[in-house]
Amino acid sequence: MADAVVSEQSSVDDDEFRGNYHVYEPYRAGLPRLKPYLRELWRRREFLDEMARSRVRAENMDTLFGRAWTVLSPLLTALTYYLLVLILTRGAGVENYLIFLLSGIFLFQILQDAMAHGAKSVVGAGRMITNTAFPRVMLPLAEVRLALSEFWPTMIVLVVFLIGYRIPPHWALISLIPIFALYLIMCAGIAMLLATLQVFFRDTRSFIPFFSRMWLYASPVLWTSNQVPAELKSLEWLNPMYAITASWSNAIVNGTWPAPSAYLIAAIWSFVLFFLGAYVFLSRERDFAVRI
Amino acid sequence: MPSESSAPPAISVQHLWVTYRVSMERKPTLKSSLMRAGRGERLVREIVAVRDLSFDLPRSRVLGIVGNNGAGKSTLVRAIAGILPPTQGRIEVRGRVSTLLALGIGFNPELTGHENVILGGLAAGYTRAEIEDKFEEIGEWSELGDFLELPVRTYSAGMFGRLAFAVAVHMEPDILLVDEALSAGDAAFKAKATAKMHSLLDQAHTMVLVSHALETVQNMCSDAIWMEKGELKMMGRPADVISAYTNNENVDANAATTREDV
Repeated sequence: MADAVVSEQSSVDDDEFRGNYHVYEPYRAGLPRLKPYLRELWRRREFLDEMARSRVRAENMDTLFGRAWTVLSPLLTALTYYLLVLILTRGAGVENYLIFLLSGIFLFQILQDAMAHGAKSVVGAGRMITNTAFPRVMLPLAEVRLALSEFWPTMIVLVVFLIGYRIPPHWALISLIPIFALYLIMCAGIAMLLATLQVFFRDTRSFIPFFSRMWLYASPVLWTSNQVPAELKSLEWLNPMYAITASWSNAIVNGTWPAPSAYLIAAIWSFVLFFLGAYVFLSRERDFAVRI
Repeated sequence: MPSESSAPPAISVQHLWVTYRVSMERKPTLKSSLMRAGRGERLVREIVAVRDLSFDLPRSRVLGIVGNNGAGKSTLVRAIAGILPPTQGRIEVRGRVSTLLALGIGFNPELTGHENVILGGLAAGYTRAEIEDKFEEIGEWSELGDFLELPVRTYSAGMFGRLAFAVAVHMEPDILLVDEALSAGDAAFKAKATAKMHSLLDQAHTMVLVSHALETVQNMCSDAIWMEKGELKMMGRPADVISAYTNNENVDANAATTREDV
């Protein structure tokens, strides 16, 4: 009886069948076969989206200010630094400093979230990794997606401040589209890299808050690129975030266009970090199920 | 069996080896690995979980896998699901796979049952439209009623189990992989889950069932495999495989312990 069912069904479902044909073989050169991997990643994009969105919904659900924290927290960070710098410099400083600071802090928040949450993404997924087959790279990418969705509300706050300070929009803002895209690519790379490191070295996470703060201090967020001493100018490119943050704040506050070299440096750093992160993650991904 | 030659098997496992490298540390840290590197030691042990195992499973068959703890049953099922890549060999799977390896995968306790059905379904690889289509059926089967709009953290273990089970079995997979999942919940749930599994079988779904409950294997499966230390010890009709296994283990197939250990 079972045999009859077999022949009947197979002729009906053959087409649908082909779309669901899986072959599992040992990986050859460390990486999985990229074409099916990317196809599966694309097919699962709804899940990536939903993972990020459900986290937003679940987080802050029982706090008084709820989702407002996604704006309040970077805003308070910026105000803290504002006070700190005012005290240290005794008010001597930059024109529109608060705006400059806000734009930089808000931007940097994506990287800091991608680092902190990206590192936890794989290790924290636990049972999902040992019991479901899906492209694992979705886990760190969902964290970047989440950081991005928490970034947009802060931009509304920034616009309010810009209006308050009567800083008009400038055509140079267009330059921020490629700069921002490169920035997100870099964040994705770093999230993948740290997620993998965290699986093998569980103390990665403990370093991140310090590393992320030092990176912030080394980037033109609290200070402006004009304040860099001439003899250090030649070292700017060593910081992957330098070109990105400098272009960002200068375009917003002063309406200046980034130099061509800024695009180039940002692009090189972003793609290097992205491909490094992706390679490290994908080549180690198969170990995750037994390592967490 | 003439039709089997024309229809390719739903699951074909060819000379499968799965080897783990297990870290012996409780928590791997940078310091401990640096120190070990300094001493020239390695704290990884290689474990062969599945050893040169081959079988074909035609469509609409139900395969039960029996064996002692640590025989490699769960590893085999996870390899078929694509979770653990083979170390050697090849697995071919034809059809859409759904897994019941653990309940409530991808669930977020802060979200409502409704939202978790969507999330769990997406985690299992279905599209939002497919899940919305099945939502009513899932809600009905899980008997949660108004609770579906409450956060899952307010659910009892039984309610959680019913919802999670419902998500996995209502999506009409071609192939369902089950690992001891029936053990969740009370007697009423077990009866309901078993009934649902039988109705899935009637719809000509292929199933692989890992179970310590020999009675379940006997009743539900058309074929059975006995695994020992990662190797395929025997494949055949459930009654034969179970009696060989129990004779070897000196346990009584009908003993109360094995019956209850679903």
